[in-house]
Amino acid sequence: MVDDLYQEIILDHSKHPRNCHPMEDATRKAEGYNPLCGDKLKLFIKVEDDIVKDVSFVGSGCAISTASASLMTESLKGKTRDEALKLLEKFHDLLTTDSPVTHELGKLVVFCGVRDYPARVKCATLAWHTLKSALNGTAEPVSTE
Amino acid sequence: MSTLSRVVPTGFDVETIREDFPVLKQSIHGKPLVYLDSAATAQKPHAVVDAIRRFHEVDCANIHRGVHELSQRSTAAYEETRAKAKKFLNARTKNELIFVRGTTEGINLVASSWGRGNVKPGDEIVISALEHHSNIVPWQMLCEEREAKLRIIPMNDRGELLLEEYEKLLGPRTRMVAVSHVSNALGTINPVARIVEMAHNAGALALIDGAQAAPHMKIDVQALDADFYTFSGHKVFGPTGIGILYGKSKLLNAMPPYQGGGDMIKTVTFEKTTYADLPYKFEAGTPNIAGGIGLGAALDYVNRIGLDKIAAYEHELLVYGTEALSEIPGLRIIGTAREKAAVLSFIIEGIHPHDIGTVLDRQGIAVRTGHHCAQPVMDWFHVPATTRASMAFYNTFAELDALAAGLQKVKEIFS
Repeated sequence: MVDDLYQEIILDHSKHPRNCHPMEDATRKAEGYNPLCGDKLKLFIKVEDDIVKDVSFVGSGCAISTASASLMTESLKGKTRDEALKLLEKFHDLLTTDSPVTHELGKLVVFCGVRDYPARVKCATLAWHTLKSALNGTAEPVSTE
Repeated sequence: MSTLSRVVPTGFDVETIREDFPVLKQSIHGKPLVYLDSAATAQKPHAVVDAIRRFHEVDCANIHRGVHELSQRSTAAYEETRAKAKKFLNARTKNELIFVRGTTEGINLVASSWGRGNVKPGDEIVISALEHHSNIVPWQMLCEEREAKLRIIPMNDRGELLLEEYEKLLGPRTRMVAVSHVSNALGTINPVARIVEMAHNAGALALIDGAQAAPHMKIDVQALDADFYTFSGHKVFGPTGIGILYGKSKLLNAMPPYQGGGDMIKTVTFEKTTYADLPYKFEAGTPNIAGGIGLGAALDYVNRIGLDKIAAYEHELLVYGTEALSEIPGLRIIGTAREKAAVLSFIIEGIHPHDIGTVLDRQGIAVRTGHHCAQPVMDWFHVPATTRASMAFYNTFAELDALAAGLQKVKEIFS
Protein backbone atom coordinates (compact mmCIF):
# COMPACT_ATOMS: atom_id res chain seq x y z
CA MET A 1 0.00 0.00 0.00
CA VAL A 2 1.05 3.53 -0.68
CA ASP A 3 0.79 4.25 3.06
CA ASP A 4 3.95 2.16 3.54
CA LEU A 5 5.78 4.78 1.53
CA TYR A 6 4.15 7.87 2.95
CA GLN A 7 4.43 7.02 6.62
CA GLU A 8 3.22 9.59 9.11
CA ILE A 9 6.72 10.75 10.02
CA ILE A 10 7.58 11.31 6.35
CA LEU A 11 4.44 13.34 5.78
CA ASP A 12 5.18 15.36 8.92
CA HIS A 13 8.74 16.15 7.87
CA SER A 14 7.67 16.98 4.31
CA LYS A 15 5.07 19.45 5.53
CA HIS A 16 7.20 20.84 8.35
CA PRO A 17 10.81 20.30 7.35
CA ARG A 18 13.32 20.75 10.20
CA ASN A 19 16.52 22.79 9.77
CA CYS A 20 15.16 24.27 6.57
CA HIS A 21 17.03 27.57 6.28
CA PRO A 22 20.30 28.92 4.94
CA MET A 23 23.30 29.01 7.31
CA GLU A 24 25.51 32.10 7.43
CA ASP A 25 28.51 30.50 9.10
CA ALA A 26 28.49 27.17 7.28
CA THR A 27 31.95 25.76 6.68
CA ARG A 28 30.81 23.63 3.77
CA LYS A 29 28.08 24.01 1.18
CA ALA A 30 26.91 21.89 -1.69
CA GLU A 31 24.12 21.85 -4.22
CA GLY A 32 22.17 18.85 -5.38
CA TYR A 33 19.96 18.52 -8.42
CA ASN A 34 17.77 15.79 -9.80
CA PRO A 35 17.42 16.53 -13.52
CA LEU A 36 14.66 13.96 -13.89
CA CYS A 37 12.22 15.79 -11.68
CA GLY A 38 13.80 19.21 -11.26
CA ASP A 39 14.29 18.87 -7.51
CA LYS A 40 16.94 21.23 -6.19
CA LEU A 41 18.61 21.36 -2.83
CA LYS A 42 21.27 23.44 -1.12
CA LEU A 43 22.98 21.96 1.88
CA PHE A 44 24.86 23.89 4.60
CA ILE A 45 27.15 22.18 7.09
CA LYS A 46 29.20 23.51 9.95
CA VAL A 47 32.06 21.14 10.75
CA GLU A 48 34.31 21.88 13.71
CA ASP A 49 37.09 19.54 14.89
CA ASP A 50 35.80 16.91 12.45
CA ILE A 51 32.38 17.00 14.14
CA VAL A 52 29.20 18.02 12.33
CA LYS A 53 27.98 20.82 14.59
CA ASP A 54 25.08 21.97 12.49
CA VAL A 55 23.32 21.10 9.24
CA SER A 56 20.58 22.86 7.31
CA PHE A 57 19.11 22.89 3.83
CA VAL A 58 16.91 24.85 1.48
CA GLY A 59 15.28 23.64 -1.69
CA SER A 60 12.18 22.47 -3.42
CA GLY A 61 11.24 18.89 -3.90
CA CYS A 62 8.71 16.15 -3.42
CA ALA A 63 7.57 14.82 -0.05
CA ILE A 64 10.16 12.05 -0.11
CA SER A 65 13.13 14.27 -0.93
CA THR A 66 12.09 17.01 1.50
CA ALA A 67 11.46 14.56 4.35
CA SER A 68 14.71 12.78 3.60
CA ALA A 69 16.67 16.06 3.75
CA SER A 70 14.88 17.06 6.95
CA LEU A 71 15.48 13.75 8.72
CA MET A 72 19.05 13.66 7.49
CA THR A 73 19.84 17.01 9.07
CA GLU A 74 18.46 15.75 12.37
CA SER A 75 20.45 12.55 12.28
CA LEU A 76 23.80 14.11 11.44
CA LYS A 77 24.37 16.53 14.26
CA GLY A 78 27.20 15.46 16.55
CA LYS A 79 28.56 12.86 14.15
CA THR A 80 32.13 12.77 12.89
CA ARG A 81 32.74 12.98 9.16
CA ASP A 82 33.40 9.25 8.99
CA GLU A 83 30.29 8.43 10.97
CA ALA A 84 28.24 10.61 8.66
CA LEU A 85 29.60 8.87 5.57
CA LYS A 86 28.97 5.48 7.17
CA LEU A 87 25.39 6.46 7.86
CA LEU A 88 25.01 7.47 4.23
CA GLU A 89 26.14 4.03 3.16
CA LYS A 90 23.69 2.33 5.50
CA PHE A 91 20.89 4.58 4.31
CA HIS A 92 21.69 3.79 0.70
CA ASP A 93 21.64 0.05 1.48
CA LEU A 94 18.28 0.47 3.17
CA LEU A 95 16.83 1.87 -0.05
CA THR A 96 18.50 -0.30 -2.62
CA THR A 97 19.09 -3.72 -1.09
CA ASP A 98 17.20 -6.30 0.92
CA SER A 99 19.65 -5.91 3.79
CA PRO A 100 18.02 -6.17 7.22
CA VAL A 101 17.03 -2.87 8.78
CA THR A 102 19.55 -1.87 11.45
CA HIS A 103 18.81 0.19 14.54
CA GLU A 104 21.75 2.51 13.76
CA LEU A 105 19.52 4.21 11.23
CA GLY A 106 17.16 5.41 13.94
CA LYS A 107 14.20 7.31 12.53
CA LEU A 108 15.59 6.95 9.03
CA VAL A 109 14.13 3.43 8.84
CA VAL A 110 10.83 5.02 7.85
CA PHE A 111 12.29 5.23 4.36
CA CYS A 112 12.46 1.44 3.98
CA GLY A 113 9.21 1.60 1.98
CA VAL A 114 11.11 3.37 -0.81
CA ARG A 115 12.63 -0.01 -1.72
CA ASP A 116 9.37 -0.93 -3.38
CA TYR A 117 9.39 2.26 -5.47
CA PRO A 118 12.59 2.16 -7.53
CA ALA A 119 11.63 5.35 -9.36
CA ARG A 120 11.67 7.20 -6.04
CA VAL A 121 15.08 6.10 -4.74
CA LYS A 122 16.69 9.18 -6.27
CA CYS A 123 14.25 11.42 -4.43
CA ALA A 124 15.25 9.87 -1.11
CA THR A 125 18.98 10.00 -1.82
CA LEU A 126 19.30 13.50 -3.26
CA ALA A 127 20.11 15.10 0.09
CA TRP A 128 22.57 12.34 0.90
CA HIS A 129 24.40 12.63 -2.41
CA THR A 130 24.66 16.33 -1.69
CA LEU A 131 25.99 15.58 1.78
CA LYS A 132 28.74 13.43 0.33
CA SER A 133 29.75 16.19 -2.03
CA ALA A 134 29.76 18.74 0.81
CA LEU A 135 31.88 16.53 3.05
CA ASN A 136 34.27 15.75 0.21
CA GLY A 137 34.44 19.40 -0.78
CA THR A 138 33.31 18.88 -4.39
CA ALA A 139 32.68 22.25 -5.99
CA GLU A 140 30.34 21.25 -8.81
CA PRO A 141 26.64 20.80 -8.03
CA VAL A 142 25.99 17.10 -7.55
CA SER A 143 23.45 15.46 -9.83
CA THR A 144 21.58 12.25 -9.21
CA GLU A 145 22.24 11.29 -12.81
CA MET B 1 -17.45 11.78 -8.82
CA SER B 2 -18.37 13.94 -11.70
CA THR B 3 -21.82 13.71 -13.22
CA LEU B 4 -21.28 15.59 -16.43
CA SER B 5 -23.14 14.88 -19.60
CA ARG B 6 -21.29 12.50 -21.87
CA VAL B 7 -21.55 13.51 -25.47
CA VAL B 8 -20.00 10.75 -27.53
CA PRO B 9 -19.90 11.22 -31.30
CA THR B 10 -22.04 8.60 -32.94
CA GLY B 11 -20.12 5.67 -34.26
CA PHE B 12 -17.30 5.95 -31.77
CA ASP B 13 -17.30 2.65 -29.99
CA VAL B 14 -14.46 2.96 -27.52
CA GLU B 15 -15.07 -0.44 -25.94
CA THR B 16 -14.52 -2.19 -29.26
CA ILE B 17 -11.43 -0.11 -29.87
CA ARG B 18 -10.02 -1.07 -26.48
CA GLU B 19 -10.23 -4.72 -27.53
CA ASP B 20 -7.51 -3.92 -30.06
CA PHE B 21 -5.03 -2.92 -27.32
CA PRO B 22 -3.93 -5.97 -25.33
CA VAL B 23 -1.88 -3.86 -22.92
CA LEU B 24 -4.97 -2.08 -21.63
CA LYS B 25 -6.48 -5.29 -20.29
CA GLN B 26 -4.39 -5.58 -17.17
CA SER B 27 -4.38 -4.66 -13.54
CA ILE B 28 -1.70 -2.55 -11.93
CA HIS B 29 -1.36 -2.90 -8.16
CA GLY B 30 -4.71 -4.68 -8.16
CA LYS B 31 -6.57 -1.92 -10.03
CA PRO B 32 -7.54 -1.77 -13.70
CA LEU B 33 -4.86 0.07 -15.66
CA VAL B 34 -5.84 3.63 -16.57
CA TYR B 35 -3.27 4.68 -19.15
CA LEU B 36 -3.07 8.46 -19.38
CA ASP B 37 0.45 8.83 -20.72
CA SER B 38 -0.08 8.58 -24.46
CA ALA B 39 1.79 11.83 -25.13
CA ALA B 40 4.92 10.03 -23.86
CA THR B 41 4.21 6.94 -25.90
CA ALA B 42 0.98 5.57 -27.27
CA GLN B 43 -0.06 1.94 -26.83
CA LYS B 44 0.10 -0.42 -29.79
CA PRO B 45 -2.89 -2.17 -31.35
CA HIS B 46 -2.83 -5.86 -32.29
CA ALA B 47 -2.45 -4.87 -35.94
CA VAL B 48 0.94 -3.25 -35.25
CA VAL B 49 2.20 -6.07 -33.06
CA ASP B 50 1.08 -8.62 -35.66
CA ALA B 51 2.76 -6.78 -38.54
CA ILE B 52 6.07 -6.70 -36.68
CA ARG B 53 5.79 -10.36 -35.72
CA ARG B 54 4.88 -11.32 -39.27
CA PHE B 55 7.96 -9.55 -40.57
CA HIS B 56 10.22 -11.41 -38.15
CA GLU B 57 8.53 -14.77 -38.57
CA VAL B 58 7.78 -14.78 -42.27
CA ASP B 59 9.50 -12.08 -44.33
CA CYS B 60 12.70 -11.16 -42.50
CA ALA B 61 15.49 -10.02 -44.82
CA ASN B 62 17.49 -6.90 -45.48
CA ILE B 63 15.95 -4.43 -47.88
CA HIS B 64 17.05 -2.78 -51.13
CA ARG B 65 19.83 -5.28 -51.71
CA GLY B 66 18.69 -8.76 -52.46
CA VAL B 67 17.15 -10.43 -55.46
CA HIS B 68 15.75 -13.19 -53.32
CA GLU B 69 12.11 -13.48 -52.42
CA LEU B 70 12.36 -12.51 -48.75
CA SER B 71 14.33 -9.36 -49.50
CA GLN B 72 11.77 -8.37 -52.08
CA ARG B 73 8.92 -8.93 -49.66
CA SER B 74 10.66 -6.93 -46.93
CA THR B 75 11.51 -4.13 -49.32
CA ALA B 76 7.95 -3.95 -50.58
CA ALA B 77 6.48 -3.89 -47.08
CA TYR B 78 8.94 -1.22 -45.88
CA GLU B 79 8.46 0.97 -48.95
CA GLU B 80 4.71 0.56 -48.65
CA THR B 81 4.96 2.51 -45.40
CA ARG B 82 6.58 5.38 -47.25
CA ALA B 83 3.58 5.46 -49.56
CA LYS B 84 1.27 5.39 -46.53
CA ALA B 85 3.19 8.22 -44.91
CA LYS B 86 2.89 10.24 -48.12
CA LYS B 87 -0.86 9.84 -47.95
CA PHE B 88 -0.94 10.46 -44.19
CA LEU B 89 0.79 13.83 -44.60
CA ASN B 90 -0.53 14.55 -48.11
CA ALA B 91 2.96 14.99 -49.53
CA ARG B 92 3.46 15.44 -53.27
CA THR B 93 5.74 12.48 -53.88
CA LYS B 94 7.07 9.49 -51.95
CA ASN B 95 10.57 10.86 -52.32
CA GLU B 96 9.76 13.63 -49.86
CA LEU B 97 9.39 11.14 -46.99
CA ILE B 98 12.57 10.20 -45.17
CA PHE B 99 12.63 7.45 -42.57
CA VAL B 100 14.24 8.62 -39.35
CA ARG B 101 14.42 7.26 -35.80
CA GLY B 102 11.84 9.72 -34.62
CA THR B 103 11.01 13.40 -34.42
CA THR B 104 14.27 14.15 -32.63
CA GLU B 105 16.30 12.72 -35.48
CA GLY B 106 14.11 14.46 -38.03
CA ILE B 107 14.88 17.84 -36.48
CA ASN B 108 18.55 17.02 -36.04
CA LEU B 109 18.78 15.98 -39.67
CA VAL B 110 17.46 19.35 -40.85
CA ALA B 111 19.46 21.38 -38.32
CA SER B 112 22.59 19.55 -39.33
CA SER B 113 22.23 19.03 -43.07
CA TRP B 114 20.28 22.14 -44.06
CA GLY B 115 21.69 24.28 -41.26
CA ARG B 116 25.37 23.87 -42.04
CA GLY B 117 24.88 24.92 -45.63
CA ASN B 118 22.48 27.76 -45.08
CA VAL B 119 23.08 29.44 -41.73
CA LYS B 120 25.81 32.08 -41.53
CA PRO B 121 27.14 34.16 -38.68
CA GLY B 122 24.54 36.71 -37.62
CA ASP B 123 21.62 34.75 -39.11
CA GLU B 124 18.63 33.97 -36.94
CA ILE B 125 16.61 30.88 -36.12
CA VAL B 126 13.20 31.36 -34.53
CA ILE B 127 11.65 28.78 -32.19
CA SER B 128 8.90 29.17 -29.60
CA ALA B 129 8.59 29.30 -25.83
CA LEU B 130 6.68 26.04 -25.70
CA GLU B 131 9.08 23.74 -27.51
CA HIS B 132 10.17 20.30 -26.42
CA HIS B 133 13.93 20.06 -25.81
CA SER B 134 14.22 18.22 -29.13
CA ASN B 135 13.16 21.38 -30.98
CA ILE B 136 15.43 23.61 -28.89
CA VAL B 137 18.77 21.90 -28.48
CA PRO B 138 19.53 21.00 -32.14
CA TRP B 139 18.97 24.67 -33.10
CA GLN B 140 21.00 25.88 -30.15
CA MET B 141 23.84 23.63 -31.24
CA LEU B 142 23.56 24.92 -34.80
CA CYS B 143 23.50 28.56 -33.64
CA GLU B 144 26.55 28.00 -31.49
CA GLU B 145 28.44 26.38 -34.33
CA ARG B 146 27.43 28.96 -36.96
CA GLU B 147 27.45 32.00 -34.64
CA ALA B 148 23.79 32.53 -35.34
CA LYS B 149 21.11 33.82 -32.97
CA LEU B 150 18.22 31.87 -31.51
CA ARG B 151 15.04 33.94 -31.11
CA ILE B 152 12.05 32.80 -29.07
CA ILE B 153 8.37 33.48 -29.82
CA PRO B 154 6.83 34.25 -26.42
CA MET B 155 3.47 33.01 -25.16
CA ASN B 156 0.66 34.26 -22.95
CA ASP B 157 -0.40 32.72 -19.65
CA ARG B 158 -2.82 30.39 -21.41
CA GLY B 159 0.13 28.90 -23.24
CA GLU B 160 -0.71 30.48 -26.60
CA LEU B 161 2.00 31.89 -28.84
CA LEU B 162 1.92 35.65 -29.39
CA LEU B 163 1.84 36.11 -33.14
CA GLU B 164 2.29 39.87 -32.97
CA GLU B 165 5.54 39.31 -31.07
CA TYR B 166 6.51 36.63 -33.56
CA GLU B 167 6.00 39.14 -36.37
CA LYS B 168 8.53 41.46 -34.71
CA LEU B 169 11.13 38.68 -34.50
CA LEU B 170 11.03 38.03 -38.23
CA GLY B 171 13.55 39.91 -40.31
CA PRO B 172 16.00 39.69 -43.19
CA ARG B 173 18.33 37.48 -41.13
CA THR B 174 15.65 34.93 -40.22
CA ARG B 175 16.55 31.65 -41.91
CA MET B 176 14.31 29.12 -40.21
CA VAL B 177 11.24 29.06 -38.00
CA ALA B 178 10.86 25.79 -36.09
CA VAL B 179 7.75 25.29 -33.96
CA SER B 180 5.69 22.41 -32.67
CA HIS B 181 2.26 21.77 -34.10
CA VAL B 182 0.99 20.75 -30.65
CA SER B 183 2.78 21.41 -27.36
CA ASN B 184 3.58 18.22 -25.44
CA ALA B 185 3.60 19.92 -22.04
CA LEU B 186 0.56 22.18 -22.46
CA GLY B 187 -1.53 20.71 -25.26
CA THR B 188 -1.66 24.01 -27.16
CA ILE B 189 -2.45 23.59 -30.86
CA ASN B 190 -0.43 26.25 -32.60
CA PRO B 191 -1.73 28.10 -35.67
CA VAL B 192 0.99 26.54 -37.78
CA ALA B 193 -0.43 27.48 -41.18
CA ARG B 194 -0.25 31.14 -40.17
CA ILE B 195 3.19 30.66 -38.59
CA VAL B 196 4.52 29.09 -41.80
CA GLU B 197 2.97 31.82 -43.93
CA MET B 198 4.58 34.55 -41.82
CA ALA B 199 7.94 32.77 -42.02
CA HIS B 200 7.66 32.58 -45.81
CA ASN B 201 6.71 36.25 -46.04
CA ALA B 202 9.98 37.01 -44.28
CA GLY B 203 11.88 34.77 -46.67
CA ALA B 204 12.51 32.07 -44.07
CA LEU B 205 11.77 28.35 -44.10
CA ALA B 206 9.52 26.60 -41.59
CA LEU B 207 9.86 23.26 -39.85
CA ILE B 208 6.94 21.83 -37.91
CA ASP B 209 7.49 19.34 -35.09
CA GLY B 210 4.43 17.15 -35.46
CA ALA B 211 5.19 14.61 -32.73
CA GLN B 212 2.09 15.48 -30.72
CA ALA B 213 -0.15 16.33 -33.66
CA ALA B 214 0.15 13.19 -35.79
CA PRO B 215 -1.82 10.95 -33.38
CA HIS B 216 -4.66 13.41 -32.99
CA MET B 217 -5.47 15.35 -36.15
CA LYS B 218 -5.36 15.32 -39.93
CA ILE B 219 -2.17 16.78 -41.32
CA ASP B 220 -1.79 18.25 -44.78
CA VAL B 221 1.73 19.47 -45.42
CA GLN B 222 0.70 21.04 -48.73
CA ALA B 223 -2.10 23.02 -47.14
CA LEU B 224 0.26 24.07 -44.34
CA ASP B 225 2.97 24.76 -46.93
CA ALA B 226 5.47 23.48 -44.36
CA ASP B 227 9.00 23.09 -45.67
CA PHE B 228 9.72 20.30 -43.21
CA TYR B 229 7.35 18.28 -41.04
CA THR B 230 8.38 15.45 -38.76
CA PHE B 231 6.71 12.95 -36.43
CA SER B 232 7.48 9.82 -34.41
CA GLY B 233 6.02 6.39 -35.00
CA HIS B 234 5.63 5.46 -31.36
CA LYS B 235 3.33 8.36 -30.57
CA VAL B 236 1.02 7.40 -33.39
CA PHE B 237 0.49 3.84 -32.07
CA GLY B 238 3.49 2.40 -33.92
CA PRO B 239 6.80 1.13 -32.57
CA THR B 240 9.67 3.16 -31.13
CA GLY B 241 12.80 3.90 -33.14
CA ILE B 242 11.02 4.91 -36.33
CA GLY B 243 9.61 8.18 -37.58
CA ILE B 244 9.13 10.29 -40.66
CA LEU B 245 10.67 13.49 -41.88
CA TYR B 246 8.85 15.23 -44.70
CA GLY B 247 10.73 17.84 -46.68
CA LYS B 248 9.98 19.64 -49.93
CA SER B 249 11.96 17.80 -52.59
CA LYS B 250 13.56 21.00 -53.88
CA LEU B 251 15.05 21.59 -50.42
CA LEU B 252 16.00 17.97 -49.77
CA ASN B 253 17.72 17.74 -53.14
CA ALA B 254 19.87 20.75 -52.32
CA MET B 255 20.90 19.43 -48.90
CA PRO B 256 24.01 17.31 -48.34
CA PRO B 257 23.58 13.83 -46.83
CA TYR B 258 23.15 13.61 -43.07
CA GLN B 259 25.09 10.39 -42.56
CA GLY B 260 27.27 8.37 -44.86
CA GLY B 261 27.14 4.62 -45.36
CA GLY B 262 25.46 1.90 -47.31
CA ASP B 263 22.20 2.45 -49.16
CA MET B 264 22.72 6.20 -49.58
CA ILE B 265 25.16 6.02 -52.48
CA LYS B 266 25.15 5.58 -56.23
CA THR B 267 28.84 4.82 -56.68
CA VAL B 268 31.78 4.69 -54.29
CA THR B 269 35.47 4.84 -55.11
CA PHE B 270 38.24 5.93 -52.78
CA GLU B 271 38.42 9.18 -54.71
CA LYS B 272 34.78 10.10 -54.94
CA THR B 273 31.30 9.01 -53.90
CA THR B 274 28.12 9.99 -55.65
CA TYR B 275 25.00 9.98 -53.59
CA ALA B 276 21.73 8.26 -54.14
CA ASP B 277 18.63 10.18 -55.14
CA LEU B 278 15.86 11.04 -52.74
CA PRO B 279 14.82 9.67 -50.39
CA TYR B 280 17.73 7.23 -50.00
CA LYS B 281 20.35 9.96 -49.84
CA PHE B 282 19.28 10.49 -46.22
CA GLU B 283 18.94 6.84 -45.26
CA ALA B 284 22.40 5.46 -44.59
CA GLY B 285 22.73 1.95 -43.24
CA THR B 286 20.22 -0.82 -42.66
CA PRO B 287 17.17 0.95 -41.25
CA ASN B 288 14.66 -0.11 -38.64
CA ILE B 289 12.82 -2.36 -41.08
CA ALA B 290 10.48 -3.94 -38.56
CA GLY B 291 9.73 -0.51 -37.15
CA GLY B 292 8.93 0.86 -40.58
CA ILE B 293 6.56 -2.00 -41.27
CA GLY B 294 4.95 -1.56 -37.84
CA LEU B 295 4.51 2.14 -38.53
CA GLY B 296 2.69 1.32 -41.75
CA ALA B 297 0.26 -0.87 -39.82
CA ALA B 298 -0.20 1.94 -37.27
CA LEU B 299 -1.05 4.50 -39.95
CA ASP B 300 -3.54 2.05 -41.48
CA TYR B 301 -5.10 1.53 -38.07
CA VAL B 302 -5.47 5.24 -37.37
CA ASN B 303 -6.91 5.84 -40.85
CA ARG B 304 -9.41 3.05 -40.36
CA ILE B 305 -10.82 4.76 -37.29
CA GLY B 306 -10.53 8.16 -38.95
CA LEU B 307 -8.67 11.16 -37.63
CA ASP B 308 -11.76 13.36 -37.74
CA LYS B 309 -13.60 10.95 -35.45
CA ILE B 310 -10.54 10.64 -33.24
CA ALA B 311 -10.19 14.42 -32.91
CA ALA B 312 -13.89 14.84 -32.10
CA TYR B 313 -13.91 12.10 -29.45
CA GLU B 314 -10.69 13.29 -27.84
CA HIS B 315 -12.08 16.79 -27.65
CA GLU B 316 -15.01 15.41 -25.64
CA LEU B 317 -12.53 13.68 -23.36
CA LEU B 318 -10.63 16.94 -22.94
CA VAL B 319 -13.75 18.93 -22.07
CA TYR B 320 -14.92 16.26 -19.65
CA GLY B 321 -11.51 15.87 -18.02
CA THR B 322 -11.03 19.62 -17.73
CA GLU B 323 -14.33 19.96 -15.86
CA ALA B 324 -13.64 16.95 -13.66
CA LEU B 325 -10.24 18.29 -12.61
CA SER B 326 -11.53 21.82 -12.14
CA GLU B 327 -13.74 20.52 -9.32
CA ILE B 328 -10.69 19.56 -7.27
CA PRO B 329 -9.79 22.35 -4.81
CA GLY B 330 -6.24 23.64 -5.13
CA LEU B 331 -5.75 22.14 -8.60
CA ARG B 332 -4.56 24.47 -11.35
CA ILE B 333 -4.43 23.43 -14.98
CA ILE B 334 -1.25 24.60 -16.70
CA GLY B 335 -1.99 25.30 -20.33
CA THR B 336 -5.48 26.55 -21.09
CA ALA B 337 -5.17 27.44 -24.75
CA ARG B 338 -8.43 27.89 -26.63
CA GLU B 339 -7.19 25.46 -29.26
CA LYS B 340 -6.00 22.47 -27.33
CA ALA B 341 -5.29 18.76 -27.74
CA ALA B 342 -6.32 16.20 -25.11
CA VAL B 343 -3.57 16.99 -22.62
CA LEU B 344 -4.20 17.97 -19.00
CA SER B 345 -1.10 19.32 -17.33
CA PHE B 346 -1.71 20.47 -13.78
CA ILE B 347 -0.33 21.24 -10.36
CA ILE B 348 -1.95 20.87 -6.96
CA GLU B 349 -1.07 23.47 -4.37
CA GLY B 350 1.43 22.09 -1.87
CA ILE B 351 1.79 18.62 -3.39
CA HIS B 352 4.73 17.72 -5.59
CA PRO B 353 3.95 16.04 -8.94
CA HIS B 354 6.13 13.05 -8.07
CA ASP B 355 4.07 12.32 -5.02
CA ILE B 356 0.90 12.70 -7.07
CA GLY B 357 2.32 10.32 -9.69
CA THR B 358 3.25 7.68 -7.13
CA VAL B 359 -0.12 7.73 -5.38
CA LEU B 360 -1.96 7.58 -8.72
CA ASP B 361 0.27 4.71 -9.87
CA ARG B 362 -0.75 2.69 -6.83
CA GLN B 363 -4.32 3.11 -8.02
CA GLY B 364 -3.42 1.82 -11.45
CA ILE B 365 -3.33 5.26 -13.05
CA ALA B 366 -0.33 6.04 -15.28
CA VAL B 367 0.46 9.73 -15.72
CA ARG B 368 3.65 11.58 -16.51
CA THR B 369 5.27 13.74 -13.87
CA GLY B 370 8.22 16.05 -14.29
CA HIS B 371 9.25 18.75 -16.71
CA HIS B 372 8.17 16.83 -19.84
CA CYS B 373 11.44 17.68 -21.59
CA ALA B 374 10.22 21.27 -21.71
CA GLN B 375 12.10 22.99 -18.89
CA PRO B 376 11.67 26.49 -20.40
CA VAL B 377 7.88 25.95 -20.31
CA MET B 378 8.08 25.01 -16.62
CA ASP B 379 10.24 28.08 -15.92
CA TRP B 380 7.76 30.31 -17.71
CA PHE B 381 4.92 29.09 -15.49
CA HIS B 382 7.20 29.18 -12.41
CA VAL B 383 6.67 25.53 -11.60
CA PRO B 384 9.42 22.93 -11.25
CA ALA B 385 7.25 20.23 -12.75
CA THR B 386 3.66 19.28 -13.48
CA THR B 387 1.55 16.17 -13.55
CA ARG B 388 0.31 15.43 -17.04
CA ALA B 389 -2.62 13.25 -18.03
CA SER B 390 -2.56 12.81 -21.80
CA MET B 391 -5.30 11.02 -23.64
CA ALA B 392 -5.83 8.95 -26.74
CA PHE B 393 -8.97 7.62 -28.41
CA TYR B 394 -8.83 4.43 -26.31
CA ASN B 395 -9.43 6.36 -23.11
CA THR B 396 -12.88 6.58 -21.56
CA PHE B 397 -14.88 9.05 -19.53
CA ALA B 398 -14.88 6.51 -16.68
CA GLU B 399 -11.08 6.64 -16.68
CA LEU B 400 -11.21 10.38 -16.21
CA ASP B 401 -13.56 9.82 -13.28
CA ALA B 402 -10.94 7.40 -11.91
CA LEU B 403 -8.30 10.10 -12.30
CA ALA B 404 -10.43 12.61 -10.41
CA ALA B 405 -11.09 10.05 -7.65
CA GLY B 406 -7.39 9.23 -7.55
CA LEU B 407 -6.57 12.88 -7.06
CA GLN B 408 -9.02 13.05 -4.17
CA LYS B 409 -7.06 10.23 -2.57
CA VAL B 410 -3.84 12.21 -3.18
CA LYS B 411 -5.40 15.16 -1.39
CA GLU B 412 -6.45 12.99 1.54
CA ILE B 413 -2.91 11.70 2.02
CA PHE B 414 -1.16 15.04 1.78
CA SER B 415 -3.70 17.44 3.24
